[in-house]
Amino acid sequence: MVYLTRIEHFNAAHRLYNPDWSAEKNEEVFGKCANHNWHGHNFELYVTIKGDPDPDTGFIFDAKRLSTIVKERVIDKLDHRNLNLDVDFMLGKRCSIENLVVGIWQELAPALPAHVKLHCLKLVETPKIYVEYYG
Amino acid sequence: MSKRVAVYRKEHFNAAHRLFRPDLSAQENDRLFGKCALPNYHGHNYELIVKVTGEPDPITGYVVDMKWISDLVQEKIIERFDHRNLNLDTQEFKALNPTAENIAIVIYDLLRPHVLAQHDLQIRLYETPRNFVEYPA
Repeated sequence: MVYLTRIEHFNAAHRLYNPDWSAEKNEEVFGKCANHNWHGHNFELYVTIKGDPDPDTGFIFDAKRLSTIVKERVIDKLDHRNLNLDVDFMLGKRCSIENLVVGIWQELAPALPAHVKLHCLKLVETPKIYVEYYG
Repeated sequence: MSKRVAVYRKEHFNAAHRLFRPDLSAQENDRLFGKCALPNYHGHNYELIVKVTGEPDPITGYVVDMKWISDLVQEKIIERFDHRNLNLDTQEFKALNPTAENIAIVIYDLLRPHVLAQHDLQIRLYETPRNFVEYPA
């Protein structure tokens, strides 16, 4: 079993807030991240698949094809967007990276060929904060 | 022989922004700025590197105290821009497109009055890991 990781980038605006709470409660829980007019990040997405190398190609899966699928299924929806307003699979959700990584998994996993097993998504929000999700 | 040394302090902020000109049509903004003009904003992690050049002080051995630069940048820059929308939340970009170029010039102008006259100041600003600007060039 070999693990292959492809790294993609996107940048986006977002805001952490709960619409059921008052402005004061949002400020108390989310601090600056609740800023009404959004803030933003450069996000890095690490997509790790696992499998045995194909005897003919030596690949688990063509990394270029993996990149194309990730771009078409998620990066095109996220890049230069507002995560709260513009992204169909995040509508109605809290736009934390925890929820975002789960949303990306749900978009991506069904789009991969049956023999390609998604192992892990790592989503980096800042140089000091990232999440990992294993499905 | 000159004993001038450059010292660098790296700081970080993140912000939302949008590149567009309100006096131009949506089509023209799209042509000039592409996805960066999208109406609901996007954002970046900005890496700011402040460079101060001068001769080390004979008493301290410092060009400037790094803690002093850090405190200055926190007070003048980070508190102003961090977790903000540069277009909507700041005075500096009410009528100025918040490109990396313009942000670097604004940061320089905010810091320059606080740096000693005999010291040179230069700003390097990373908008993404691969796009960065320097001012003065």
